[in-house]
Amino acid sequence: MGLIDNINKLFDHRIRLGMMSILIVNDDVDFTRMKELLDVTDGNLASHTKTLEKANYIIIEKSFVGKKPNTKYRITKEGRLAFKKHIEALENLIRKQT
Amino acid sequence: MESKKYLDDLSGIKELMSRSSRFISLSGLSGIMAGIYALVGAVLTYVYFLPKEGEYVTLHSWNFKIIIGILIAVAALSVVTAFLLTSKKAKKNNEKIWDDTTKRLLVSFLVPLVAGGIYILIKLNSQHYGLTGSLMLIFYGLALINASKYTISNIKYLGYTELILGLICAALPGYGFWFWIIGFGFMHIIYGSLIYFKEEKG
Repeated sequence: MGLIDNINKLFDHRIRLGMMSILIVNDDVDFTRMKELLDVTDGNLASHTKTLEKANYIIIEKSFVGKKPNTKYRITKEGRLAFKKHIEALENLIRKQT
Repeated sequence: MESKKYLDDLSGIKELMSRSSRFISLSGLSGIMAGIYALVGAVLTYVYFLPKEGEYVTLHSWNFKIIIGILIAVAALSVVTAFLLTSKKAKKNNEKIWDDTTKRLLVSFLVPLVAGGIYILIKLNSQHYGLTGSLMLIFYGLALINASKYTISNIKYLGYTELILGLICAALPGYGFWFWIIGFGFMHIIYGSLIYFKEEKG
C-alpha cells in the first residue's frame, strides 16, 4: 500500500492535472490562455478551477482590464507540494509495475 | 493496464509544461540563413570597404557608413527570414506565433540585446571602435542564454559559445572582424544545421 496513498484523487482528471502542469511552470496564466492550452469549454474550465481553489491548490485572481473582466490563476505553495507528491507517486507506481 | 494510464498522465504533464512555457518552433534553417547573410556581408566589407594599409575608419568617413549599412541589412534580412520561416513552422506545429510564451521569449531576448546595442552606439560616438566586435558577441550571447528558458533550450550553447568568443576577442584587439565572422557567420550555420537536422529527424 503506502504508495497508493500519495496518488491525489483531485488530480485524477485530465483537465485538473493539465491545469496544475501548466501552473507549475508559469507564474500566472489567464483564463483565455488556459482554455486554449487545455482545449476546454468555459463552463468546464470554471468548474474545475473551483475544485482546485477549494482544495487551496490554486488562487483565482479576478480583476478588470479596462471594462473587460480578467481572471488569472496562480499555484499555491500547497498546490506545488501536492503536485510534486502526486508525480512522485505516479513514478513509483510505474517503476513497481514494470 | 493501470500503469499505462499513469504513463499517459506523466507524458501529458510533460507535454503541457513545455507547450505552455516554451516556443519550440524556432526554425533551424533561419539560423543557417542568418549565418550566410553575415558571411556575405563580411566578404563584401572585407573586399571593398575595409580601410587599406595606412588608412583608418572614422565615424564620418564614407566606408564607415557603408559598413554600418551592411550590418543593418544583415540584421534586417536575418530577422525577416527568421520571422517568415518560424511562422511557417509554428503553423505546421499548430503553435501560436504571438502569445504569452513568444512575448516572454522576445522580451528576454531583446533586453540584453538592446542594452548592448545602445552601449555600443555610445562607445562608437566617443570614438571607441576597438571592442565593437567583442561587445556584439558578448551581448548577443547573453541575449541567447537569457531567451533559452522560453524556447529550444539548446540555443543556450550557442549563447555560451558567442559569449566565450566575445571574451577572447576582447583580449585580442585588432581581430574583432574575424571573431565577428566566426560568431555570427560560422556559428549560426553550425548551430542552425544542428537544429535543422534534429527537427528533420524528429
